Amino acid sequence: MDLQGFGHLLVSGTWLTIQLALASLFFGLILGLMGASAKLSDNKFARWVATGYTTLIRGIPELLLVLTIYFGGAQVVMAVASLFGYDEYIEIGPFIAGVAALSIAFGAYATEVFRMAMLEIPKGQWESGLACGMSPTKTFFRIILPQVWRLAIPGLGNLFQVLLKDTALVSVVGLNDIVRQSQVAISATKEPFTFFLVAAFIYLALTAIANTVTHMLERASNPVLRGGR
Amino acid sequence: MGWEWEVIFKYFPRLLEGAWLTLELVVISGLIGIALSIPLALLRTSPNAWVRALPYAYIYFFRGTPLLVQIFLVYYGASQFEVIRESVLWPVLKEPYWCAIIAFSLNTAAYSAELFRGAIQAIPNGEIEAAESLGMSNALLTRRIILPRMFGIALPGYGNEVILMLKGSALASTITLLDITGMARTVIARTYTPLEMFLAAGVVYLLMSGIIIALFRFMESRFNRYQSYNPDRDA
Repeated sequence: MDLQGFGHLLVSGTWLTIQLALASLFFGLILGLMGASAKLSDNKFARWVATGYTTLIRGIPELLLVLTIYFGGAQVVMAVASLFGYDEYIEIGPFIAGVAALSIAFGAYATEVFRMAMLEIPKGQWESGLACGMSPTKTFFRIILPQVWRLAIPGLGNLFQVLLKDTALVSVVGLNDIVRQSQVAISATKEPFTFFLVAAFIYLALTAIANTVTHMLERASNPVLRGGR
Repeated sequence: MGWEWEVIFKYFPRLLEGAWLTLELVVISGLIGIALSIPLALLRTSPNAWVRALPYAYIYFFRGTPLLVQIFLVYYGASQFEVIRESVLWPVLKEPYWCAIIAFSLNTAAYSAELFRGAIQAIPNGEIEAAESLGMSNALLTRRIILPRMFGIALPGYGNEVILMLKGSALASTITLLDITGMARTVIARTYTPLEMFLAAGVVYLLMSGIIIALFRFMESRFNRYQSYNPDRDA
């Protein structure tokens, strides 16, 4: 296939897509863990906030979320900043807006995955951790989280595939990802089918890699699959 | 931060117009998607590896690439070929409306086919064996046993797929269609009130997904009655 010298654009777009996906994965996982802890906590207010978060975010399109944060996020951030006496103009770049939107969306679905996984951990695990004299935080990180991880990885892997595909949406707000760079190449070559098909195959390769990594992590997190004891 | 309620009230009817288009896109492509996915799912469960390969490749491509790229491939991509531009199909393929429907149908067909395949494989073997022992032909078995059972088993999962389609339909706004998101963007270009209008659009989407969830709960309680049937209570 002849890319007419636009191959480097697609490579740079792919790199940006990967950065975007990994950054959103990182913040999304944090949001998901926080959301799941809130949903399972004894605090009624925390449960209420987390339920509102997941219901709201899972019911609206990701594109709408990207657009809202890109075009309206600065307004909110500025209003909050002026509460603290900072009145300068604040601008939210497309990358930050993209990462924010994608991690908020990922976090809402990850909340459910983590919640399910946490519910699978027997209560005795918590109790024995505490009985050994660990603080609740230490019990969580040493005993609970490694086990939650194992149960959550397959679900999180699926969500990461969705996230990878959703990164295409940031091209709408002008970030130079795979789709956007294909459009640039198309405006010069007038070959939309060729370039969008190449873009599609790049995504296909990325999701295939993500799938392989998920399987490796699944093995690594599960002593039984790894053949250990 | 100024918050303009009047803008929301003034333009809410426009958003509802957009909601109608969104509904059209979801319903039409959902129906075409089901029609395409049933043969795909049946081929996918075939014992012959060669027969399985084609639907597998189709499903793999459409589930592994972003919907946005698929829409662009249909809408912009088709115009690359002289053959298509001069064919009878061109009046259809140059309309963003039909391009969106084609892309959404192909996309949802891939996801639903996987769903239906899972459902077909979840049908207890004994039911199929019972039908075979009654002397049913393959076609009769498919029509009387496999498809109705598949429908019941896949119903809850299909509800999720419809919600995902509703959310995906927002991408129609990227090829100039005035669905809910497209309408909100047009209004914002005029009024410059992004937060207000996008929030209002979000509310419309939430309402629609609420209705879809309720509809599928109702269908589940009707078609999968055996699962919740309690002889003492429902006598």
